[in-house]
Amino acid sequence: MGIGVSIGALSPATERSPQAATLAAAAAEARRDAWRRSIESVAIPLGAIAAALVLFGVFMALTGRNPLAVYHEMFRGSFGTAFSFQNTLQRAAPIMLTALATAIPLRLGLVVLGGEGAMVLGGLAAAAVGIHLHSPFSIKLGMFVTGSLVGGAWVAGAGALRAYRGVNETISSLLLNYIAIALLNHIVEGPLRDPSSLNKPSTLPIGDDNMLGNLPGLDVHWGLGFALIACLIAWFLMQRTTFGFAARMVGGNVRAALLNGLPVRRLIVIATFLGGLGAGLAGAVEVAAIHGNANASLVTGYGYTGVLVAFIARANPFGVIPVALLLGGIGASGGLLQRVFELPDATVNVLQGTIFIAILFSDSLYGRRWGRAKSAKAVAA
Amino acid sequence: MTVGFIFVGPKTDFGYNQSHAEGAAVIAKLPGVKIREEEMVPETSAVQKTMESMINLDNATLLFPTSFGYFDPHILKEAAKNKGVTFLHCGGMYQEGKHPTNVGSYFGYIDEAQYVAGIVAGLTTKSNKLGFIAAKPIPQVLRNINSYTLGAKSVNPKVTTSVIFTGDWSMPVKEAEAANSLIDQGADVLTMHVDSPKVIVETAERRGVFVTGYHVNQSALAPKGYLTGAEWNWGKVYTDYVNWIQGGKAWPHLLRGGLKEGFVKVSPYGKAVSAAAKKKADAAKAKFMAGTMVIYKGPLKDNTGKVVIAAGAEQKQTDIALEKMDYLVDGVVGKTH
Repeated sequence: MGIGVSIGALSPATERSPQAATLAAAAAEARRDAWRRSIESVAIPLGAIAAALVLFGVFMALTGRNPLAVYHEMFRGSFGTAFSFQNTLQRAAPIMLTALATAIPLRLGLVVLGGEGAMVLGGLAAAAVGIHLHSPFSIKLGMFVTGSLVGGAWVAGAGALRAYRGVNETISSLLLNYIAIALLNHIVEGPLRDPSSLNKPSTLPIGDDNMLGNLPGLDVHWGLGFALIACLIAWFLMQRTTFGFAARMVGGNVRAALLNGLPVRRLIVIATFLGGLGAGLAGAVEVAAIHGNANASLVTGYGYTGVLVAFIARANPFGVIPVALLLGGIGASGGLLQRVFELPDATVNVLQGTIFIAILFSDSLYGRRWGRAKSAKAVAA
Repeated sequence: MTVGFIFVGPKTDFGYNQSHAEGAAVIAKLPGVKIREEEMVPETSAVQKTMESMINLDNATLLFPTSFGYFDPHILKEAAKNKGVTFLHCGGMYQEGKHPTNVGSYFGYIDEAQYVAGIVAGLTTKSNKLGFIAAKPIPQVLRNINSYTLGAKSVNPKVTTSVIFTGDWSMPVKEAEAANSLIDQGADVLTMHVDSPKVIVETAERRGVFVTGYHVNQSALAPKGYLTGAEWNWGKVYTDYVNWIQGGKAWPHLLRGGLKEGFVKVSPYGKAVSAAAKKKADAAKAKFMAGTMVIYKGPLKDNTGKVVIAAGAEQKQTDIALEKMDYLVDGVVGKTH
């Protein structure tokens, strides 16, 4: 493509040598490409979301509701007031972390659904460690480190099965979720049960004084801060380090990666471990900031919402942040839609599903040479 | 006033959430009351934000967050933050002096209705085997299993109740498997304590066995096999609370009741219930209504042979010992752990 077109477009009056001119033109072309890519990466997802919202509006109109009123309530419930915005932030925090469990391995071409299990076990491990430590600082630190490591190890288990035994990581990580939930139930109802937790079996509480507090000036707990930092670190790691480059190479072409001598198996295990760290931390934060102990309420489905976030963000850890905010906002406004329009909760799933499909479809629009194809035809004619 | 209802599952689950939604529908008809409902709210910070959203955006002044797991820490935290709002929770966990004063907790002695349903089951079974599908071996669930079995044994000493614990409140696939497995083992009357009895009732009907329901009336799902069921009657409880609060009266922070108080009820008998069974069940119901029935009295042994209530001793419905129940009575086939 590029070079041939550029040569054709060159003015014969140029004094520079043809080679240098070609290089300059190629550089200009590359700059244009970079611009086009960055515009695309914003415009295409936004366009897809807008299209999904329009479709959802049609769906609402078919059920006899005024779509404009629905949009208005959605905005009021998610970003429209200071309270609503904090509601959105709070809901976005855990799914940013669980999204990493899918987003990082997805860079290597692995579809991991294990965020839910990693989160549940991360929370359980954090609670189990928290009750044995003493100062508020050591309790929190111990909980976050243990929770993350356990979550990482859990997802890395699925990664290792893939790397060394060829087990499909999607199936194994999904099944590991069920095992994690069964383990949680068994342990909080058995060995670690607080005897006074009668009808809601739970571990012993870590104590009110040791809980994780809110971000300054906000009614949103520190989990949001951790989530933002984790996403930024993950982004840096995947985009700006040799590890990230190697990981993306595995995702791009595993044979090429092998031929270049990359330790593909080790990369798979490390990437799944790193992803699991995020989900495990999400579980530890749930315990430290909300529940104060581990119990069946840790099973929230955030792990599965994280899968959706990772795919919509096209596995970019930085992209996870706005997407999680979007889904947090949908969750926050979904409640208001139910209450004001007497819609079932499934309505929100319809909206999420529509957005998901629109974004997946929009993948096919990247790299199209808008307008360029037409002008080329015109030239040929 | 605006009253907010929060449900952990779908409002139309033929079970726990529907029983509360039916109660909400009753108070929606009261003058001056507007209700706002939100379903599928998990027991985490999401429910805290939903409560705040109802308070901030809907101006709700009375909230009924109905799931058991919403109480601690979620309701307690929001109640401390929003002093002007009243929070009423289903579960009976309020502690005077420890919990905020704008919190109340109510619960029903539904095991009374299970006892009556047990009588019907005991007189309907041909195999003398009843099947009970339960979520978790916690005191409330064990109490239902035991009361059901004691009801059945009061009219048919040969009856045994086989229990399968599924491990969680909503496990439709496991519940169907458990129902099939109990039927394969010879059970010809099933009952349950899970959030949504739907698949169990439908499985029983399809396999041609009898079933007694739980939470709400499920007779529409099993027109042939539905015998009766233990139902909540939250409409009565919610109406009382709204009247107290609207009238500016003091309201009880801890409110409990059974058949007599109208907190629970027994589903109308199905076609398959014999006249003799109806008579025995009605007699037991009359004793509950009169306040003279005691389910837990000695001598009572658990299913390992240990005496749990000595001869001559009784534990009435309000006895705190019943809240800590950790055994299955003689006649139940199953283990608590």
